[in-house]
Amino acid sequence: MLDKELRSMIGQVKDGRMDRRAFIKRMAAVGLTAPLANQILALGGVAMAEGPSTYKPTKRGGGGALKLLWWQGPTLLNPHFATGTKDQDGSRLFYEPLACWDPDGNMKLVLASEIPSIQNGLLAADGKSVTWKLKPGVKWHDGKPFTADDIVFTWEYIIDPATAAITVATYRDITVEKVDDLTVRITFKKPTPFWADAFVGAPNTIIPKHLFADYKGSKSREAPTNLSPVGTGPYKFVEFKPGDLVRGQLNPDYHMPNRPYFDTVEMKGGGDAVSAARAVIQTGEYDFGWNIQVEDDVLLRLEKGGKGKTIYAVGGDTEFIALNFTDPNTEVDGEKSSMKTKHPLFSDPAVRKALSLLIDRESVKKAIYGRAGRTTANFLNGPEKFVSKNTSWEFSIEKASKILDDAGWKPGADGIREKDGKKLKLLYQTSINGPRQKTQAIVKQACQKAGIDVELKSVVASVFFSSDVANPDTYAKFYADIEMFQIPLSQPDPSQHMRRFLSTNVATKENKWQGTNFPRWINKDYDAAIEAAESEMDPLKRAEHYIKANDLMYQDTVFIPVQHRLKVEAAANNLRPIISGWANETDNLHDWYREE
Amino acid sequence: MSQYVLRRLLIAIPSLLGISVVLFVVLALAPGDPFSELATNPNVPPEVQAALRAKFGLDDPIHLRYLHWLNAMLHGDWGFSFVSRMNVDTLILQRLPATLYVIGSAQILALLIAIPVGVYAATKPYSLFDQIANTLAFVGFSLPTFFTGILFILIFSVTLDWLPFVYTTDIKATGIHWVLEMIRQAIMPVAVLGLFQAASMTRFVRSAMLDVIRLDYVTTARAKGLGQATVIVKHVMRNAMIPVVTLIALQMPAVFGGAIVTEQIFRIPGIGSLLISSILSNDTPVVMAVTFVFACLVVLFNLIADVLYGWLDPRISLR
Repeated sequence: MLDKELRSMIGQVKDGRMDRRAFIKRMAAVGLTAPLANQILALGGVAMAEGPSTYKPTKRGGGGALKLLWWQGPTLLNPHFATGTKDQDGSRLFYEPLACWDPDGNMKLVLASEIPSIQNGLLAADGKSVTWKLKPGVKWHDGKPFTADDIVFTWEYIIDPATAAITVATYRDITVEKVDDLTVRITFKKPTPFWADAFVGAPNTIIPKHLFADYKGSKSREAPTNLSPVGTGPYKFVEFKPGDLVRGQLNPDYHMPNRPYFDTVEMKGGGDAVSAARAVIQTGEYDFGWNIQVEDDVLLRLEKGGKGKTIYAVGGDTEFIALNFTDPNTEVDGEKSSMKTKHPLFSDPAVRKALSLLIDRESVKKAIYGRAGRTTANFLNGPEKFVSKNTSWEFSIEKASKILDDAGWKPGADGIREKDGKKLKLLYQTSINGPRQKTQAIVKQACQKAGIDVELKSVVASVFFSSDVANPDTYAKFYADIEMFQIPLSQPDPSQHMRRFLSTNVATKENKWQGTNFPRWINKDYDAAIEAAESEMDPLKRAEHYIKANDLMYQDTVFIPVQHRLKVEAAANNLRPIISGWANETDNLHDWYREE
Repeated sequence: MSQYVLRRLLIAIPSLLGISVVLFVVLALAPGDPFSELATNPNVPPEVQAALRAKFGLDDPIHLRYLHWLNAMLHGDWGFSFVSRMNVDTLILQRLPATLYVIGSAQILALLIAIPVGVYAATKPYSLFDQIANTLAFVGFSLPTFFTGILFILIFSVTLDWLPFVYTTDIKATGIHWVLEMIRQAIMPVAVLGLFQAASMTRFVRSAMLDVIRLDYVTTARAKGLGQATVIVKHVMRNAMIPVVTLIALQMPAVFGGAIVTEQIFRIPGIGSLLISSILSNDTPVVMAVTFVFACLVVLFNLIADVLYGWLDPRISLR
């Protein structure tokens, strides 16, 4: 059904009867991200248009210094070793990908000269290969020419297991070959609707072969270029002090006309988010502050009569509560939350359903996230206009109580519901983080009113997110009934996200809890849908499978989305930064300028 | 004398070894690992994390890792940062100038305030000056630096807009402007730290002076007809300074260690902020190196204090 509908919609876009934006909006309504929708259009034969440019300056340079404040400064400058987005952000000042994403999820060309599409013959109709044409005349900062060899080398560098590149997942199933000096072809093992992943965006920038060739594999950590990058970007490397400062200066040979606008760029690290907001918004010492996770009240106060403002970018980051489908309190073969157990309370769907009615998302938004949050019923979220209307959420203590009453969970003498001697008591864990603890309090209060006793637990983030096998408090072990956090949507495609929850990926003692399915939710239909999606030749049918998978998760209440979180940045009033929710903050840095 | 120093240095070896074992074991047992941030990224396969752990030797047993570290340290290799992928000594040397400049200036400021004020207050105990100095000293060390730091920022940066509150290491000016800018940006952190140190030190100097000033030989010196200044500076201060020297010597390692809170507030790229960010990201080699340097400095300055005693008071013989 959806398949047919999609086909006719693509036909309408082709004939010009339907607006491109409207198509993306419809796609997003069924849970697809804007960049993916654009790529489906490309596969359907509608060429992807490059996003519009808002860049005004008419000459290169003359913009003075651009002062960026990253309260967690980059600690290394090799994008393929980045331990966090901060390192990708720092590397992106110097290194470049083939293309990047604009705020609407449109592709913008950087080192490529043409957006691949079926019309121009660069994209294979079966989605099994894509050819990229490179811009001619691009030079590395040391004057050597940039060619297809560099791209092939970057791929070889990453897939060498001894290099231990963090980007390896994107590259290990593809083959990259040189067609000529300015053309590369990427071949996929399977039809790949999300073909614009390798070499696209800040995490996937290209490194120079002539400087890294001797430092591939086990010698990778000795490369001097790890600390003094030589790229193709708008700024040339000047100085790097890990955690403190990255400095660059205008690249006079930059390949884009009239860019960059600023003469120098400086990225200062250290401190905390509140004082970063103050230095940008209130005193104007800095032009741009990254990731301003500060309470909205504080930001509103700083903005009054200040020199800067906050800006928001819509992406796909969702804060959620995950439910444990195994029993965290019973030990089987030295393993808690073992697959051999069933959760004593959540095995009753009524309890899960009731719990989802007890999360007061509106209050969480009002009291905690303010302008930086949106209420949602979806696990996957897109730009505001595009958010799904198919799913819905509700906060109702009465309805939750009724569902529990009907299912036979009756309040005991202490007001806590029980059934067959099992009490409705939940352990609710999350990482230590102001907004998360406040959310916990809001949820606990509502649950109490409905006769569910909730015990709160918070774990230091460095432990909660660690892979430490010996530690019982990691999110992957999930020795609690429910847990709350956020998995960043690191690429604008749901496949990586959805793969996590296959029943073969369950986190167990056997795989040292490296399995990605931490709720330990098993659903054959889900597995079938994901498998079908991954071996599906037709991108439209693939989309349909993902939507089905998404619905299964929603029906089973595996996750209760708490808040769709937006990126929050601080910028000087006259700065014109381009921030996309689908990309790193510095991904569009070449287009930044200052309004005179 | 030289024999004494040599013997003390030899005694220091086992104690430093003991310290290093304790530090290493505590750090190895601490929860979390440096690659934890990768865990939430669905795009990073768990094998990469495992490969990185293996690459940096995190999966070896503790005693092997310790011996490995000790061997490297003896060869002058301070280790390799997991997070920055560079040598730890380079990382520390990068941070040292800012720390020495800011924290060193704060210590000098503290001494410049504490010694004259403490000495003068002791010569006129319970006078109006003494009362005021005492009150201010109490206020000074009752207010923590994270409070005064933010207060200074609100007054001098936000309201008055006189001073910057983000410390930068790459000031664009040259010559005299560079010097002026360096001073300008250091005023607030130096004042915050210096005044806090000065407060407790003033109290200390005052009480040390009071202990000595009542002794008979001071009365004798006065009876000989020596002037007040000579009595105070030559007779009283020299003796009163012995405990003060101990205090200062023991505080010297802190000068190198930086002031974690103050460095964080003003974004001073010093050792203290390196330590805290390394702890937060579980970068054990860096934490190990920095804390071990502290331990060495504490041992060293204890020795220096002892040697200084002999010079200040010839009656103390070092054997």
